Amino acid sequence: MTLLSVRDLRVGFGRPGHETEVVKGVDLDLAAGETLAIVGESGSGKSVTAMSINRLVDYSGGRILGGSILLDGTTDLATASEARMQSLRGGEIGMIFQEPMTSLNPVLRIGTQIGEIFAKRRGLSGRAVRQAAIRALERVRIPDAARRLDQAPHQMSGGMLQRIMIAMAFAGEPRLLIADEPTTALDVTIQAQILALLAEMKRETGMGLIFITHDIGLVAGIADRVVVMQGGRAVESGPADEVFDRPAHDYTRHLLSAVPHFRGGRSARVDAVRGKGAAAMLRVEDLGVRFSVGGGFLRQAKGYVHAVEGVSFDLVPGETLGIVGESGSGKSTTARAILDLVRPTAGRVEGAEGRAVQMVFQNPNASLNPRMDVRALLSEPVIAAGRRVDAAALDRMRMLLDKVDLPQDALARYPHEFSGGQRQRICIARALMPNPRVLVLDEAVSALDVSVQAKVLDLLIDLQRDFGLAYLFVSHDMAVVERIAHRIAVIYAGRIVEIGAARSVLSDPRHPYTRKLIAAVPSIERRHVDFALDTDEVPSTLRPGGWQAPPQSWQDHGPDHRVAVEPAA
Amino acid sequence: MSYFLRRLAVFPLVMLGVSVFVFIAIRLVPGDAITAMLGTEGGMLTPAQREALTAYFGLDQNWAVQYLRWLGGLFRGDLGISVTYGQPVLQIILDRFPLTLQLALMSMVIALLIGLPAGVYAATRADRPSDLLVRVFAMIGQSMPNFVVALLAIYILSVGFGVLPTMGRYVPFREDPLGNLAQMILPAIALGTAFAAAVTRISRAAMLDILSEDYVRTARSQGFSQRYVIWRHALPNALIPVLTLSGVEFGYLLGGAVIVEQIFALPGLGRVVLDAILQRDYALVQGVVLFIAFNFMLVNLLVDLAYAALDPRIRYGDRP
Repeated sequence: MTLLSVRDLRVGFGRPGHETEVVKGVDLDLAAGETLAIVGESGSGKSVTAMSINRLVDYSGGRILGGSILLDGTTDLATASEARMQSLRGGEIGMIFQEPMTSLNPVLRIGTQIGEIFAKRRGLSGRAVRQAAIRALERVRIPDAARRLDQAPHQMSGGMLQRIMIAMAFAGEPRLLIADEPTTALDVTIQAQILALLAEMKRETGMGLIFITHDIGLVAGIADRVVVMQGGRAVESGPADEVFDRPAHDYTRHLLSAVPHFRGGRSARVDAVRGKGAAAMLRVEDLGVRFSVGGGFLRQAKGYVHAVEGVSFDLVPGETLGIVGESGSGKSTTARAILDLVRPTAGRVEGAEGRAVQMVFQNPNASLNPRMDVRALLSEPVIAAGRRVDAAALDRMRMLLDKVDLPQDALARYPHEFSGGQRQRICIARALMPNPRVLVLDEAVSALDVSVQAKVLDLLIDLQRDFGLAYLFVSHDMAVVERIAHRIAVIYAGRIVEIGAARSVLSDPRHPYTRKLIAAVPSIERRHVDFALDTDEVPSTLRPGGWQAPPQSWQDHGPDHRVAVEPAA
Repeated sequence: MSYFLRRLAVFPLVMLGVSVFVFIAIRLVPGDAITAMLGTEGGMLTPAQREALTAYFGLDQNWAVQYLRWLGGLFRGDLGISVTYGQPVLQIILDRFPLTLQLALMSMVIALLIGLPAGVYAATRADRPSDLLVRVFAMIGQSMPNFVVALLAIYILSVGFGVLPTMGRYVPFREDPLGNLAQMILPAIALGTAFAAAVTRISRAAMLDILSEDYVRTARSQGFSQRYVIWRHALPNALIPVLTLSGVEFGYLLGGAVIVEQIFALPGLGRVVLDAILQRDYALVQGVVLFIAFNFMLVNLLVDLAYAALDPRIRYGDRP
């Protein structure tokens, strides 16, 4: 029977009478025990649709302009009173969000936040609340639950916080759970954990699940039905297999082709340049970065975080080295250490002198000063080099804007006048201004929508060919790395554990961590494979003072593929 | 706790710095204590008499000797003798300080009782007429000098409604608690108005930011009522900037309030400082300034400790 039935939902933002409609007549149906995936890019209205179901949209300035949202075929949530909605929220309708790090109250302990729900929903008090909270955390496999209750959110990892969010959402025993991009902010292996956990909880409780995501590959494994949204409308909806195997709408086909599907090395680039006589232009040897912890003025440090330890690799012109790993693995620190943005504490970097290495960051919105126009932004590298912004510099600006497919009149415009993808193109042009030999791209396409992401990747490959650039491409996304990297280095707890030709590493991973990382990548091809729930966390790299990393020994697998041999445990 | 002790250990250093500054600053002001003390009668002193008086107060020595003597006295709890009052400086401070402390506390209580609810209320009704009204009042409250507020308060509450006494001899709290409170409420309002307005503005701004935080949305998704979400989830986060502001304002008030004390004829620290400076009463100025500096540091330290109590993310070096 139908748990939720949405008809012709229209939602707008703005002053009454002058609303801008962002959801323009959406229909959805969800039965108990079913998973409905809503897929779309930013601005498609998918999150607003979800927030309209429990009417949280009321609190962000939105208003339901028309249509109905029937729960159990009787209660119309579109017109229900706020008091009625308060009794439904957290009870019948649970919700989890994208950013577990910011979705829990930083000043309240975990036990307080989960306990207040049991107090409200089940009228428990005192010891009973604590017992219920412990059981709820154990249910989502939080180890040492009793101790965790007394901790604050900042003391836990993102994956653990998202499991706690799930425990909180389930505390009210909802019959409908809305999950709004619940894994987008998390690493792939943690994403796999969360998906497995949601699937398990759904089996146990028989609830209906609405899963909102921008990643069509991700929902393949979990959705029964799929709705594809674009520009506030549902452009396609149907059973998951049908939508994936026989997409009817152009936009669905576009999304399916734009999403970088991970294909186990078969999509790796074939234009490798290594071994054709070119000498390395960037050489990193035994790079190490340590941060002291707990030390201070006149006080001995209590330990050191070995963020990067004994990392070595080189780059030849025209080559891309993909650095993959999870948050905290040290991949970004490695990139920053090469540019001396963090000071290396050990090792050598050759070939990064002068302005030979430039960097492009993840978030183009935050990387461009909003008070500068594009001309001023592109002038900065020239000024930083101590040169004048002369006719030659202006010529270079125009040439680069042309190369990154931005119009010439962009020079006089400001960052807010561009889309996210265009802003990242500005960042790339800026990085190319000093005529570098190497670009470090730190999650440079991660914040972009999939179709924009695909275009920026193509652009990067073209620029690489035109300028003979070498790329150091840091990313958590295996599918993206597969498309752009010639070689791949897998970094784990501060050290490279596997490095080599992309095709070889991705198709025949040798290190247990590389295998786990690859197994966690969701893909349409492998959507009927079940994943076991694995709640391992990346080990801490905090070491006592004076600790020396044990030397790594390497084993060769083929001409360009080396794996660190793990000591027998 | 070790953090607390480390912070306390810095106190003597700061005090030493403050003592040098104030010692020199007051001596750079033209004029001398003996002339200021005796006024026109000073002209009738014979040179011998003047010398005797100067020697009595130790003012015949060079600055370095004077400073070291004064510093030595500090370690014995002796802040010197006031030329104007003919009393030990410490005694004068201890006599006046309870009133100043009481006034500062009452002002802060008024500021928080009015400012916090007003700020929270305005934030939850952002850009609606009631929010606008609160903001206009807050602007007026902050831009009006406290003596204007004092005069208005006297006019409205004492002259107009006759509910509070206007003037009269100061009655200490332990002699007549009710009489004392009735006497102190007007000056506390005069000092608390701008304070309340500042609290209103800062708590409104903080609350506005926090109401769009993800964790507030989470609390709402659990079905908690607007009131619960605001008081339980949002307010504890909004208190941190309010605490910062209150600490600075309170520390400032502990230095005495010259104009308001004058208007209401209250014998607080503010008037002592003013008199002491006008009279070139070196020992008294030095002692009071040192005392004020100490209070300010203490308040700051307490504010920092309160941060840690409010926000578990703030821990002062007690974790690995």
